[in-house]
Formats: sequence, structure tokens, C-alpha cells
Amino acid sequence: MNIPKFDSRFQILPIKKIIKENEYANTYVFEYALGSKPGQFVMMWIPGVDEKPMSVAFDDGKEFWVTVCKVGPATKELFELKAGDKVGIRGPLGTYYSFKKGRHLALVAGGYGAAPMYYVAHEAVKKGYKVEFLIGARNKDLLLYAQKIVGLEGVNLHVATNDGSAGVEGFVTRLLEKVLQEQKIDEVFTCGPEIMMKIVGEIAEKFGVPARMSMEKHMKCGIGVCGQCALDDTGDLVCVKGPVMSWDYVKKLPEMGVYHRDAQGKKHYF
Amino acid sequence: MANLSVEFCGVKFKNPTVLASGILGVTASSLKNIVRHGAGGVTTKSIWLEENIGHKNPTMFGTEHYFLNAVGLSDAGILKAREETFPEYLKDKQAPIIANVVASKIDDFAEIVGEIDKLGPDIIEVNIGCPNVEDFHGKPFACDRNDAAKVTKVCRERTKKPLIIKLTPNVPNIASVAEACAKEGADGFCAINTLYGMTIDTTLRMPILANKSGGVSGPAIKPTAVKCVYDIYKATGLSIIGTGGVLTGEDAIEIMMAGARLVGIGTMVYYRGVEGFGLIVKEIDEWCEKNGVKNLEEIIGAAVK
Repeated sequence: MNIPKFDSRFQILPIKKIIKENEYANTYVFEYALGSKPGQFVMMWIPGVDEKPMSVAFDDGKEFWVTVCKVGPATKELFELKAGDKVGIRGPLGTYYSFKKGRHLALVAGGYGAAPMYYVAHEAVKKGYKVEFLIGARNKDLLLYAQKIVGLEGVNLHVATNDGSAGVEGFVTRLLEKVLQEQKIDEVFTCGPEIMMKIVGEIAEKFGVPARMSMEKHMKCGIGVCGQCALDDTGDLVCVKGPVMSWDYVKKLPEMGVYHRDAQGKKHYF
Repeated sequence: MANLSVEFCGVKFKNPTVLASGILGVTASSLKNIVRHGAGGVTTKSIWLEENIGHKNPTMFGTEHYFLNAVGLSDAGILKAREETFPEYLKDKQAPIIANVVASKIDDFAEIVGEIDKLGPDIIEVNIGCPNVEDFHGKPFACDRNDAAKVTKVCRERTKKPLIIKLTPNVPNIASVAEACAKEGADGFCAINTLYGMTIDTTLRMPILANKSGGVSGPAIKPTAVKCVYDIYKATGLSIIGTGGVLTGEDAIEIMMAGARLVGIGTMVYYRGVEGFGLIVKEIDEWCEKNGVKNLEEIIGAAVK
């Protein structure tokens, strides 16, 4: 059945498979033609618990994946679910990473930002891009998607960990400086903690390279109505004008890398 | 071009469209963005004395015909309004701001109106659709003409600013509630609040909203809104913000013909985006042009006989 344009009720889908990525992260696989583009998100309803925005980690038109990090009460409940259990999905929602042909990209992922960036890399190489994939994590046990990324042809993986247990010791942003010094990169895409993305934007700008990033703000509806994810000081909504936004736009926001808001609209400084 | 400006309780609006309470408008940035997109004025989300958590998700969704929500009036309280929302909105004010306030006890209504009055809103709108915690059954104030009148009375004592009461359609006779409020000094009304509603997911066999039931808005409720505005206008003759299911300029004209002086627009953003404000204003202008209307005063209450 076609979904009418204005119907934002949920598609109820059984979880086809759950892949344990590490102690804190699971990937949920759904057999459903979502029709998403890399960078987009879905709203996931865990019945009786809550509903949260989740970025899409892969979509081949037959199935899609969502990689979830256990960060709060809702995701904790999600981790109790088993294959066959049902959740509600609405989406795909928001803006996405678009590609032109045959250029050289640097993707910078922090923490669980590696999952949606994997989807970006997967689509980018199909379009003929060469990809430098930079991942940062606290330690090697928290590295996400490294094996899957290594398996992509045309993608070079660069790893940084805070404790040096994998790749180079230090922040992923230092790796980015090195890559931009040594190679001709046409564009930088990034997904991760906001402060990291801000530094990525600043570094890219220093090298004269445009950047786009996956913004994350507290969302309720995901469909442009509740106003919870409105940015200061433009008032634009992350769920409609984002999540993928250009550094040129984002860098002018007084809240970028400074604060975010909770479910009541109250400011919390990073 | 027709004269689209409207005076409401002595406050001048450049056009009759105002953002309805509860849609967007979490921050001053959001309110200003709506004015930039063409709205004649804005209404804040319902402001409480203290922080209010609200409901868990799912809190809202829509269909072609209706929208259902149960956000639970989440808000950071008067502190945020005082320190952030009002100063930031007012420092370069481009359009009037209506402060919507809410409480769950009579005394708290008086208190919040007294506090919000000091922050410099143009109009104070009182949301009485919330359950009365002092009532045995938790009946909303808006569902009882005596309770609605009591709230109006205590609010009136705390402000000289235009005071309007937001009424619920979930009553047998909305005009009777309006009359009771008018007697206690209400300057006008906002009508209507959402209708009671519930949607069940048939696969999961459970209500979709985390709160189970919520408020219906959107196209489906427009006839109810038009009828309620008509009845209130006929009974009181006071200024009304007509709201409920307005998506187009012609919808706005229709509710104005029922007696609305301003038109509250909220759920429209689901269907047309924030850009819809400017489009509606343009459509109102085009309608006036086509129908030889030079001034909106000609159509306010034009259908009420």
C-alpha cells in the first residue's frame, strides 16, 4: 500500500536481526524498502517505552540498518528486545548527503557517528568517489564498523583512539589535519559529537575545503511541528533543514559547540 | 492590495495571522523566524510557573485529514520566559507577542498572569484546557463555566493588559462558557483548543500516543472551529482569535466571517511548512482583491446573523 504523503503514523516492523557491535552498541536490521539517502534519519517507536530519532546506517532498498548506542532509558529498553519483536518506524526524514561524480572525500566519524558515515561511504564509492574514512573512538573496544569499512573498495580507513589502543593515539581531528595536508580532498563530511564537528569544520575551512555535518539536537516529532530542535538564532529546525547542514551555515549559529536544549527547551552548556 | 492590518484589543497586527500556541515557538529564535516568514503575530507555548516535563514520545503525528498530539505542555517555566524568551524577542520586536499561560490550580493562574504581565507581552492568553488538580475528577477548567469564570476573575485582578481566554470545544455549549468569562472581565477569546481524540495502531493493538489520548487539530476540526467562533461571537461580540484547521487564505477568511478578528495558525506547518504563513497572507490578499474587499473589517463576522 502506498503511504499517503501526509501520513506520519508508524510502519510497524519486526526486527529481522540484531548484531552486537560492542558492549554498548547494537545494529538492528529491518526488511523494509525504506528508500532513504545517506545522512537521513528515522523516528523509532519502541512501543510502551518511547520514540527516538535514529540515523540510518545502511539501506540497500531491501533492508535497512540502524545502529544504536545504549545511552539512556529508551535505548536500554530497546536492548531488551529480540529478533521478531516489533517497533514502529517513520521516515526517512530530513536532509541527506548528496554526491557529484568522481571526487575525493574525507569522512570524519566520532564514536557511534561511524555507523551513518558507513552508509555515506558505501554510497560514495558507488558514485566513483575515493574516500578517506577517519574514525575516532575512546578505545579499540568502542571502535564501530571498522571491519565493514575495511571491506569497502575505494575506502582508506584511518583510526585514532584516545588511549592509543588502536590506530594513532589522540583525537581524530589531528588525523584530519594530516589527511588534508597530504592529499587533495574536495569535501569533508562529519558525524559525531558537536564539539568535534565544530573543530572538523574549522580545520576544513583552514584548508579551504567545504564541509557538511550531521547535526543532532533534541527532537520530539521529527516532522517539523513541535519546534524542539529549532536552532539559535535562525529558528530553523534540524529535523527539516537538517540533519545534514553545511559548515558555512552551521558556523554562524551561536549555539554551535556551545549548548543544546532539553525536552523542556532549557539550555545545557557542553 | 487590501488593507490586511487588524486591531485586536487595541493591539495593531500587520495581518490577521498569528502562530497558535504549542506549535514551534520553543525559543525566541523560533518565534522570530515565524514573523520573518510573514506571521502578523506569535503566541508562545503555554508557560507554567515551574518547569513541566511533558509526555514521552510518541507525542504527535498526522494524516491527510487530522493531526493528533499529546506533548503534555512541556516547558522550562517562567524563569526561561523571563531570562531568555521575552528579552530576546522584545529587543528587536517585529510583531506583537501573545503570552500563553497555563496552570493547574486557580491560585497559580493568578500568580503566572501577574508574573507574565511584567515581561511585556502585548496580550495574555490563558490556557484553561488543563485538568484542575483541585477538582475531584481533574476536570479541565474550560469544561465548567463556573471554573472558567473563576480563573478569569483572578487573572483579571492581576493584569491591565488585554486578557483573552482559550476555550475548549469539548463542552455542550461553548458560548455559555464564553459569556461567563466575559462577565468576569475577559477582553476576548481564542477558540478553539484541540478536540479529544485517540488513534490506535491496529498491528500493535494499542494507542499510538504515549499518553494514549490527545488533542485533534488540523483540517478535520475546521467546521467545529468555525461553529464555535460563530457562537462565541454571537453571544459576546468580543474579539476572537479563531483557530482550528486553517491551512489556506480562504480558510482564514471563512473563520473571520464567523467572527474571528485574528486567525491562529499552528498545524498548518505540518502541511505547508513555516513558509505557509507568507503564503496564507498572500492568499488572503488575493481573495480580498478578487472579492473587492478593501479592509478586513468588512468580513469580520460577516456571516453572523
